[in-house]
Amino acid sequence: MTDDTISRVAVTDAAAGLLARLRRQHGELMFHQSGGCCDGSSPMCYPDGDFLLGDADVHLGDLVVTDGPDDAPGATGEEFTVPVWMSRAQFEYWRHTHLTIDVVPGRGSGFSVEAPEGVRFLIRSRLLTDAEWGALD
Amino acid sequence: MTVYAAPGQPGAIAEYRARYDHWIGGEYVPPASGQYFENPSPVTGQTFTEVARGTADDIERALDAAHGAAPAWGRTSVTERANVLNKIADRMEAHLEEIAVAETWENGKPVRETLAADIPLAIDHFRYFAGAIRAQEGSISEIDEDTIAYHFHEPLGVVGQIIPWNFPILMATWKLAPALAAGNAVVLKPAEQTPASILFLMDLIGDLLPPGVVNVVNGFGVEAGKPLASSSRIRKIAFTGETTTGRLIMQYASQNIIPVTLELGGKSPNIFFSDVASARDDYYDKALEGFTMFALNQGEVCTCPSRALIQADIYDQFLGDALERTKAVKQGNPLDTDTMIGAQASNDQLEKILSYIDIGKAEGAKVLTGGGRAEMEGDLAGGYYVTPTVFEGKNSMRIFQEEIFGPVVSVTEFADFDDAMKIANDTLYGLGAGVWSRQGETAYRAGRTIEAGRVWTNCYHAYPAAAAFGGYKGSGVGRENHKMMLDHYQQTKNLLVSYSGQKLGFF
Repeated sequence: MTDDTISRVAVTDAAAGLLARLRRQHGELMFHQSGGCCDGSSPMCYPDGDFLLGDADVHLGDLVVTDGPDDAPGATGEEFTVPVWMSRAQFEYWRHTHLTIDVVPGRGSGFSVEAPEGVRFLIRSRLLTDAEWGALD
Repeated sequence: MTVYAAPGQPGAIAEYRARYDHWIGGEYVPPASGQYFENPSPVTGQTFTEVARGTADDIERALDAAHGAAPAWGRTSVTERANVLNKIADRMEAHLEEIAVAETWENGKPVRETLAADIPLAIDHFRYFAGAIRAQEGSISEIDEDTIAYHFHEPLGVVGQIIPWNFPILMATWKLAPALAAGNAVVLKPAEQTPASILFLMDLIGDLLPPGVVNVVNGFGVEAGKPLASSSRIRKIAFTGETTTGRLIMQYASQNIIPVTLELGGKSPNIFFSDVASARDDYYDKALEGFTMFALNQGEVCTCPSRALIQADIYDQFLGDALERTKAVKQGNPLDTDTMIGAQASNDQLEKILSYIDIGKAEGAKVLTGGGRAEMEGDLAGGYYVTPTVFEGKNSMRIFQEEIFGPVVSVTEFADFDDAMKIANDTLYGLGAGVWSRQGETAYRAGRTIEAGRVWTNCYHAYPAAAAFGGYKGSGVGRENHKMMLDHYQQTKNLLVSYSGQKLGFF
């Protein structure tokens, strides 16, 4: 887990590896956390810029991912960032929690780019620590 | 008690094909890419068929077929279209049991629900819109004695529909019936979790429709749903799903200047006032069932009553009885008619529910019953089962604010009417709500104060045609399940006609 600095968001190694592969396919990426029905409450991953952001959204942070390991086919070893967004209204109910983007086998839905790989990004949540709360809120 | 044989097993009354292509122009058409994806049953986790993996090329072919069929279909008389819808309903009724078993096998829901709710409701829905279109009338306005405005209903043409996986056939019907009644041709994309049951249905009813009027393209959202939703060749898009994709669909629609209808879910409060417990009678029993409705369809319902608000003076008593009722929910083989709760629709859905149970515990909510994966035996061991779960906590917790889409209810107490309304409306969503009171005045005032499109009053989870269904706030745009949905699939043509022989005198 890349969770050494204070942040609202993090990514598991498995999800980071998937992001690196998806980036080679789709270019730069972004997340927007969904809510509501069916596949709601899932983080949706899009080519960066596909989803129009506005004043109704909050930038939760950036995932910092390395395009590796070195032996992965096509890996460049470079570091890249994936911004994570959420609607402002939803953030009011989520602001006390820290979010880690993970990946599980599954079918997915929506237009998130990982679904054809037979996997689905998933949010794992924990409460912010007092130190994190003090620094972030 | 009946246990239906699973499709593919000896004695099965419903059989899936080994492979499904796209349904385009009244026939099966292989995917342009040549690729297929596996389709597992959530009952066992085992693949039972493979389905065409659609791409933009397939969507274009389906749109070609739809555009070929739309002009003639749009010109048919309402009598002809109503007759087609009635024939679809009759055909479905004759095969109700098979369709119910097929739907259960693909989705994981108990067959007692598909037999008694999903499929009968779908049949009735076709009949309702057959009647509604026959009874629909245009209007005239008499502007003055020589000038008349005639208003005609005309179909939009070709429309796109994206279907969710929780009630695959019923939700497809909610969208198809009004679109077809209104004279539109459709390109429909089922959910990738449940791509096959709609094609099972098309095998039964496909011959009743002119080729190209209904086209079904399967595939993943990013590969098939996006080209459909963003196409400049559709005149409307309908979607049921979640908020981020809903916004994306509105974004695409804005680029093509087409209307959208969206149903995006909720976090529905189910409110029990003190007088519910004033007697231990049939009504009390009904209210306990109303509480337990969070387990219907494994909680995979946009209107799942996932927040139970119980008035403080009956809280302990009512919750105690409700927990007993919840513990009596029988979990098992979805093909057994005694089973009350089946399998979650997919593995990622199971994982998501478990992740919410984790955050609920971390936030300090108390698990009163359930709280984990249900370990099943034999063939069911690979399926996706969750024990009905009751949390006790506060409305500010995330388990009270987010749609878990599983058999999980979060319970809290309220002091009085105003407190109940404050908690009920403290949510981003406004799709459904339940109000339970023996006093008409309390129930009525609550129903009018709650910001939700559907307030079940002394009932829950009934979905009859003719009762408008749709959301306030973040829950979407439009009202399904009612003749007003025809308006969402029609243009208004106004002929403004002068019967005067005199010029205006301007020129």
